[in-house]
Amino acid sequence: MRTFWITALLVLLGTIWPLAGFSNYHLFQLTLVVVYAIAILGQALLTGFNGQISLGHGAFYAIGAYTTAILMSTWNVPYWATLPISAVVCAIVGFLVGLPALRLEGLYLALTTFALAVAVPQVLKYKLFEDWTGGVQGLVIDKPEAPFGLPLSPDQWLYLFTVGIAVVLYIIAWNIVRGRVGRAMMAIRDHAMAAEAMGINLPMVKTSTFALSAMYTGLAGSLGAIAVQFVAPDSFGVFVSIFLFVGLVVGGVASIGGTLIGAAFIEFVPNLSDLVSKAAPGAVYGVILIAVMFLMPAGAGGFLYSMGRKLSRSRSAQTDTSEQAEETAAVSHDPMSGMMSMPASAAFVERPVTSESTGQND
Amino acid sequence: MTNLLEAKGLHAAYGETRVLHGIDFAIRQGGVTALLGANGAGKTTTLRAICGLIRTRGEMTLDGKRIDGMATEDIVRLGVAHVPEGRGTFMELTVEENMRLGAYTRPAREATDDFEHMFDYFPRLKERYKQQAGTLSGGEQQMLAIVRALLLRPRLLLLDEPSFGLAPLIVQEIFRILGRIKEDAGVSILLVEQNAAIALEFAEDAYVLETGRIVMAGSSADISKDEGIRRSYLGY
Amino acid sequence: MLAGVLHQIMSGLATGGIYASVALALVMIYQSTHHVNFAQGEMATFSTYVALMFINAGFSYWEALVMAVVLSFIVGVAIERVLMRPLANAPVLASVGVFIGLLLVVNAMSGWFFDYTIKQFPSPFPDHPMLGGYLSGHELGSTGVTLLVLLSVYLFFRHTRLGLAMRAAAHNATSSRLVGIRVGWMLALGWGLAAAIGAVAGCMVAPIVFLDPNMMGGILLYAFAGALLGGIDSPLGSVLGGFAVGVIENLGGAYLVGTELKLTMALVIIVGVLLIKPTGLMGRRVYSRV
Repeated sequence: MRTFWITALLVLLGTIWPLAGFSNYHLFQLTLVVVYAIAILGQALLTGFNGQISLGHGAFYAIGAYTTAILMSTWNVPYWATLPISAVVCAIVGFLVGLPALRLEGLYLALTTFALAVAVPQVLKYKLFEDWTGGVQGLVIDKPEAPFGLPLSPDQWLYLFTVGIAVVLYIIAWNIVRGRVGRAMMAIRDHAMAAEAMGINLPMVKTSTFALSAMYTGLAGSLGAIAVQFVAPDSFGVFVSIFLFVGLVVGGVASIGGTLIGAAFIEFVPNLSDLVSKAAPGAVYGVILIAVMFLMPAGAGGFLYSMGRKLSRSRSAQTDTSEQAEETAAVSHDPMSGMMSMPASAAFVERPVTSESTGQND
Repeated sequence: MTNLLEAKGLHAAYGETRVLHGIDFAIRQGGVTALLGANGAGKTTTLRAICGLIRTRGEMTLDGKRIDGMATEDIVRLGVAHVPEGRGTFMELTVEENMRLGAYTRPAREATDDFEHMFDYFPRLKERYKQQAGTLSGGEQQMLAIVRALLLRPRLLLLDEPSFGLAPLIVQEIFRILGRIKEDAGVSILLVEQNAAIALEFAEDAYVLETGRIVMAGSSADISKDEGIRRSYLGY
Repeated sequence: MLAGVLHQIMSGLATGGIYASVALALVMIYQSTHHVNFAQGEMATFSTYVALMFINAGFSYWEALVMAVVLSFIVGVAIERVLMRPLANAPVLASVGVFIGLLLVVNAMSGWFFDYTIKQFPSPFPDHPMLGGYLSGHELGSTGVTLLVLLSVYLFFRHTRLGLAMRAAAHNATSSRLVGIRVGWMLALGWGLAAAIGAVAGCMVAPIVFLDPNMMGGILLYAFAGALLGGIDSPLGSVLGGFAVGVIENLGGAYLVGTELKLTMALVIIVGVLLIKPTGLMGRRVYSRV
């Protein structure tokens, strides 16, 4: 319980502190970090905790963003009221995508979702939908003012609003992952057949996870659209999906806290490296992605977590109950139990020969 | 007679699972050595260890040259041919292509001359020459596997259960031809068999393995006479 | 109407040849390693830039093409040796991550070295219509080159010792090592060949679509569709699949959904094949994860 209050206090302080000292532009950037964090959290639920690799989450981000933008510009729905609608829409789309995904394993799902990501801008530009989507031009939406006459600038208010939503979403995700459903998700990731034998309803859990994941990433899209005040097809190209994937991997695929690191990474690395060259962000992303895969496959989140655990372990040799509670929670972080470390012989039972032999020869 | 292959203190493991616990054995030049034992005793692992297909510890020499730790391809190029468990046939390729692959390390023309020689032993393969290997019967596939190994012109032939899954008549035929091959080619053979009776009849020396350790070594004649060993390890 | 359809089919076959090449490159790598090279398109784009660099330096189109192909081959081999070998035992997510990383790096390199502006790429073929107006000179010429490449690849695999060894290594690595084939090098050669084929495809398509760092993004998608349609473990199937996708894309674009949704058609083909016949039309085996 003490840990909870300390976390809550830290979140509160961390939230309020930027309000005092930050310029509107920096607040806007922070808002985007939170938005990306939610989007990455959505992908982490699917890819990290359930083992379904998606390279097309930019599609859900785009659907969320467009749902909000269309509702606001066409029907004058207030920005906050678009969120539940967007959540429902994205969850339904996620569920529908999750159905065929049931039959696509590993690489094939990655390939298909990648194709989805590439195709998204074309669909958004399609002339039949132009009345709603604004075609190539996209849609412009208004920035919300702070309500109840609060003495806040729109950027300050939007920042608080986004953080508020994020806190709720993180608490929900945290509880799901640590609960029965989360254990089922991870059991499927680690060994689908065993999970099914244990009585887990595999199609049910997988499609629900897809829906939940799409809902999170879609909500992030909605919040992102409100923050940026603009949606257009070309801002939802394949690179959105790839950046979310990069953020996910950098933060650690199965790490809830790591999503924040990943989000900060994809927001700030381009800003910094853009100064060097237009090509630099992509290069940095690519190099870091490859490096993470080779050096710390659990991502930054998993890396920090295991460092922390090593430190705390060396400090107190005796284990108390709270340590044990953390032990169970560690399932979600510990890369050794996750898909990252799954030996290929288990992942590809049909070709142990190839994988083992290519490893040895020179 | 000198030894072609010698192993001293050979350990082998699949990941964490240790299978061989420091075994010593030798294969005489030009001789047939049988490796016997129950399922899981480590017979197949021993063959894989010789070929460098798994990680090993200990010393192995082929004709005095250390081969432990060498890459499989290099061990093969020293003249070690392995007919693996499940025969290792390239199912998608034709019989001809399988044979060409067998002779991969040798000059192409020299190998083609050998093909006719192989058809003397196994005329049936000539009829199947252009056929996909996956369409062959079990016996024919075993023949093809042996041919593929022989086309390497090996000094040492490792045979992993050539009788597996085959009808007794076919097994007899294969061993009859193996006998001829031994006479003609002067190749040394290490034979792994479940069917101890056949193996002891064919081999001059034998080792009995149990859970990764050698429990008996000697001439085939002595081993087949030993009632206790026969009962407890060879099951006949 | 009929002439129109015929025209669409012909020019579909012309672009289909490009898809077929890239699909073949994908399948060559998939067959031997079970990896899908998401960076295949970006690598081809980079090769095309290299060719353009040589052309601008005063070499003829064909000289530049040959040099770009040779360089791509070497780089492909190098990438396999350095980046891919450690991945042999890696789980799917790790390999996908590395391939996406590679895609980003190569894409950035194209932009960095050669700039993001759209560039015109010369065609070595006459630009007047041919075959009674059904195809442009470039379409006809590039189809010819593509067919020549595919034919030589076929002859190489079918009738040379090295080609046979590469096929063997792709089918059964352990057995290959047991006959003395250096499997690691065969995989690297496969990468080199795939990169080289991609380079040709890039140089053939660049005169039509213009050259920019993202040139091959859509083409990769069609190649995926083609490879899956034909069977991702069947080189011949993937080539036929590539041609088929080119024709479907063109006919569908002209008469069904309009040109704006062409990429979505590729997506539909991918999903459709994976759901209805995961082995593709000519594939044999199904690999499922357990």
